[in-house]
Amino acid sequence: MTDILDILISANFWAAALRIATPLIFGVIGALVCERAGVLNLGIEGIFTAGAMAGWMAVWLGAGLWGGVLVAAMAGAFFGLIHAILTVPLGLSQHVSGIGVTLFATSLSYFIYRTALPDVSSPPRIEAFKPLDIPGLSDLPFLGPALFQQTPLTFLALLLVAITAYVLYRTPLGLAIQAVGDNPAAVESQGLSVYAIRIGTVVAGSAIMALGGAFLTMSAFDAFFFGMVNGRGWICIALTVFASWRPGKALIGALLFGAFDAFQVRLQTEVGSFIPGQLFLMMPYLLSIAALIVVARRADYPRALLVPYFRGQR
Amino acid sequence: MIRFEPRGPSSVSRMLGVSIAAALAALLLAAIPMAFAGLSVFEGYSLMVKGAFGSLFAFTEMLTRATPLILTGLAAAVAFRAKLWNIGAEGQLYAGALAAVAVGTGVISAPPYILIPLVVLAGALAGGLVMLGPTLLKTRLGVDEVVTTLLLNFIILLFVQMMLEGPMKDPMGMGWPQSEPILDAAALPKLMDRMRIHWGLVIALVSSLGVYFLLKRTIWGFEIRAVGENAAAARHAGIPVTATFIRVGLLSGALAGLAGVGEVAGLKGYLTADLSPGFGYSGIVVAMLAGLSPAGVVLAALFIASIFVGADSMSRATGVSNYLADLIVAMALLCVLVSGLFLRFKIRFVGSQTNKEAAE
Repeated sequence: MTDILDILISANFWAAALRIATPLIFGVIGALVCERAGVLNLGIEGIFTAGAMAGWMAVWLGAGLWGGVLVAAMAGAFFGLIHAILTVPLGLSQHVSGIGVTLFATSLSYFIYRTALPDVSSPPRIEAFKPLDIPGLSDLPFLGPALFQQTPLTFLALLLVAITAYVLYRTPLGLAIQAVGDNPAAVESQGLSVYAIRIGTVVAGSAIMALGGAFLTMSAFDAFFFGMVNGRGWICIALTVFASWRPGKALIGALLFGAFDAFQVRLQTEVGSFIPGQLFLMMPYLLSIAALIVVARRADYPRALLVPYFRGQR
Repeated sequence: MIRFEPRGPSSVSRMLGVSIAAALAALLLAAIPMAFAGLSVFEGYSLMVKGAFGSLFAFTEMLTRATPLILTGLAAAVAFRAKLWNIGAEGQLYAGALAAVAVGTGVISAPPYILIPLVVLAGALAGGLVMLGPTLLKTRLGVDEVVTTLLLNFIILLFVQMMLEGPMKDPMGMGWPQSEPILDAAALPKLMDRMRIHWGLVIALVSSLGVYFLLKRTIWGFEIRAVGENAAAARHAGIPVTATFIRVGLLSGALAGLAGVGEVAGLKGYLTADLSPGFGYSGIVVAMLAGLSPAGVVLAALFIASIFVGADSMSRATGVSNYLADLIVAMALLCVLVSGLFLRFKIRFVGSQTNKEAAE
């Protein structure tokens, strides 16, 4: 029991939790932005992969780390645009289009990676983001190591939570996005274009998602591996429901998730010999399903989610 | 401006036309990545055609690859008909394979005419039961089945790995995480000497016929279609919507489970954690290309299988990555989605006249 307590009050534990949570924060924020505008984006898993590959490859080709982040976001925006065109003006099934975008983005990323690097046995490495060391702050007890051992992308994720919350709740644009996800006909009657707002939001949300992928190859690891996204995108879709489409709750949800994951990794080292490792690896997915079940009854979906809107039709 | 005008029910020939157009569009688009990889398009496609159809062996390999795709395609088609979004065929396939191995590696010894049906049944049952969970969560609690079925894919694969490294590991497997071999009496017989093509193909074709008959000729099939068109209206009309979802879920999962049985008891002979290169996900593409029709699934599975087998052979000859196949398959899905618009709508390009009207 004291062991568990020791884990929970150690700064390293919370540093790990925040590190694990970072790609999820990007993913959930991106997903919730899209869904707030009424578009479920199941392209997320592929967009993660594309962001991871494109960002890594840009850095590998010498674009610099922030150049890589930009390229990752652009890759995300590109696949977001495909999903947006298929689902918004063409009004096609968001489920199938999303799966299609995931398959397309994943296979394109793998194909480009394999074509650029045909015969590498061990994936080439880049100089990844270093932890941001702020003199003074990093020496604070507890908070210092937990917060200031993180790379700049983690701070970008936290910043994006704040920006998203501000834009969504405090700006006309945010209100328009919410309205488009709840009652698009009302938005159209205000003289705004439902199509433009939905497309723009999905593109922006997808760019944010891709940063979650970029974090994997540019902060968490320093190379690209096949299958490295490993369902993180789907977990984000579940966490979005759990967070009831609110940026603040999304941050808390991702952190809880990260804490749980960090905890099970530590637990695994303690009792690992008795319990098969796969049971621990299953935990994130089981937890995601559990999170969905917990909120199922009171999930307050954006009312126009999954519903295509056609101009001049109610 | 583009205007969509709804169209009535589509004829078979138009559906076929739309799917063929989508497949051709995907093949045309694939010229871009081919050129990027430095392969001439003509050479690439002639190698692929040769790889899938160039010899009896190539042809049977293509049919062998189509076998699981027909079944996962049917799994997706029947579920999507009811708008039950089962994206978990990959996991259900592994569940079916695991059950086949559990029954068919020596626990029961019986002659083939008993053991083979048992193995097939166990696989179908396991796949169906895996899909029962997400279906019940959907009907009882309103939990979105897309996410639960997707997440289950990862959980089941880890479970399979756990079993293969633990209780079901082959002690004679030189330490590799693989199951014991399927008994001869439990293995699906080969269809041809010295080829890998096996009775799984017959199971797949019979399943396709069965699903066709179910959807077209039975009350349950009518109910499935009604629920898919409009669940609220179906409920209002007295159709048992919940029961229909559960039936569809069980059937869809069972079909995917059968794909796993075929791969393990017909082709590989033992289970490893890399049994399926994404047959579950490709099945979604097969179903969509087929316009969710059971007969179309067979044709679409043959097309997708020839892409995969052809690309493998092209890749061996030229060194171009065979991820090209996955890329073509993904583009085929996006293309068929778009071309499907031509089925549901007449698409009118409205000229300046209406703009003028609008301006007035």
